[in-house]
Amino acid sequence: MRLAWLILRKDLTVEVRSGEIAYTTLFFAVACVLIFAFALVREGKPPEDGAAGILWIAVMLAGNLALGRAFERERQAETLRALLLAPAPRPAVYLGKLLGIVVLLAAAEVLLVPLVALLFQARLLAHPIWLTAILAAGTTGFAAVGTLFAAMLVRARSRDVLLPVLLYPITVPVIIAGVRGTAALLQPELEVDIVRFWLALLIAFDAVFVTLSLWTFEAVMTD
Amino acid sequence: MPKWFFRAAIVCGVMFVASPFVIASADYESTMGLVQKIFYYHMPSAWMFLTSGIVCGVASVRFLMTGDPRHDRLAWAAAEMAVVFGVVTLVTGPLWARKSWGTFWIWDARTTSSLVQWMVAWAYLILRRYGGPGSEKLAAGLALFGTANTAFIYVSVNYWRTIHPPTSVVPKLPFTMGFPLWFCVASFALLFVLLLRMRVRLEEQRATLDSLYLSMDDAR
Repeated sequence: MRLAWLILRKDLTVEVRSGEIAYTTLFFAVACVLIFAFALVREGKPPEDGAAGILWIAVMLAGNLALGRAFERERQAETLRALLLAPAPRPAVYLGKLLGIVVLLAAAEVLLVPLVALLFQARLLAHPIWLTAILAAGTTGFAAVGTLFAAMLVRARSRDVLLPVLLYPITVPVIIAGVRGTAALLQPELEVDIVRFWLALLIAFDAVFVTLSLWTFEAVMTD
Repeated sequence: MPKWFFRAAIVCGVMFVASPFVIASADYESTMGLVQKIFYYHMPSAWMFLTSGIVCGVASVRFLMTGDPRHDRLAWAAAEMAVVFGVVTLVTGPLWARKSWGTFWIWDARTTSSLVQWMVAWAYLILRRYGGPGSEKLAAGLALFGTANTAFIYVSVNYWRTIHPPTSVVPKLPFTMGFPLWFCVASFALLFVLLLRMRVRLEEQRATLDSLYLSMDDAR
């Protein structure tokens, strides 16, 4: 656990110093939302029920970009090999990397939620606790699968294209549950049962895929 | 190739030639009429599609655990079968749905999870083709995740609403409809086994050839 914390701190320090991934990801996410706004908002009227979907699409696209860059940097500097050679258990390395991505995406969401709420006139901030829970659970699930795939792809050819090709089909439940759960929050009357169901599904997804990733990371990163 | 393979291949060919006649002899379903006969190809291929997915997932897990390349070759072959039978399923399904539900595609639990499973199979093959060296383990990881994922997709879409008929109708079919169905299931199962065996053999021979080349290089 301490090792995972150290890796997270290392990633965050690098990020604070250079800001490369953070700035590009945030800017990309904002640009995505603006494109949706230009494409879908007609005569000042946003599409009904569109906000939840747009928020999640922006998060997933930005997440893909961040994942790719996070490991590309490690590869170019040959530091991933150093990390794996270090006397650290593999699961700790994975957890550290995962936390780094989650923190980055959380930062992106802090920016995206008000922006989507503003541009699409959605009541996203009406139930902040539920929204935070759903965003956190969904982001963790997406990042859990993404971190594993991005790490595995580091040595593969054409990894930039392969990451989304592998990642999006697997994270379909995240987008379904995330969008449905968020859309339920936007209804005039909050239906707690529906939100709770989608949140439970996301948490189950997180539990299964984080466990599987911890096990697979060990198996695939050894050679 | 073992001797049984050719005999089985002939039997399989005969069964597929005979299948249209067997299906034609089946009773018409009362509400859907002729269109319902798509079912005799749709369901067997969907079952083989599911079987390929399971074979691929199990073989991948065993490959990750043991590192034995035989499991990897089986997983690869099964992923290709999943794409092939997936095409049959996903083409016949909408044709039938157009008549019975009035629309080609509905986002219900089965159709959605089939589609995503089919996409995962494609992703698996794309990875094997373009991933370069070392992509076997990666692909095995993907297959494992894809298998675990199916349950989640199923539950999540099921929560909306499902109109796909459940499999429980099968044992209740009258003989005149049940016999053609099981005949087709047997034909597809045989085809599946034959194709899988052929595909695994191709990979085995490739591996042998590679090791021969390597030993030739060593001998020099």
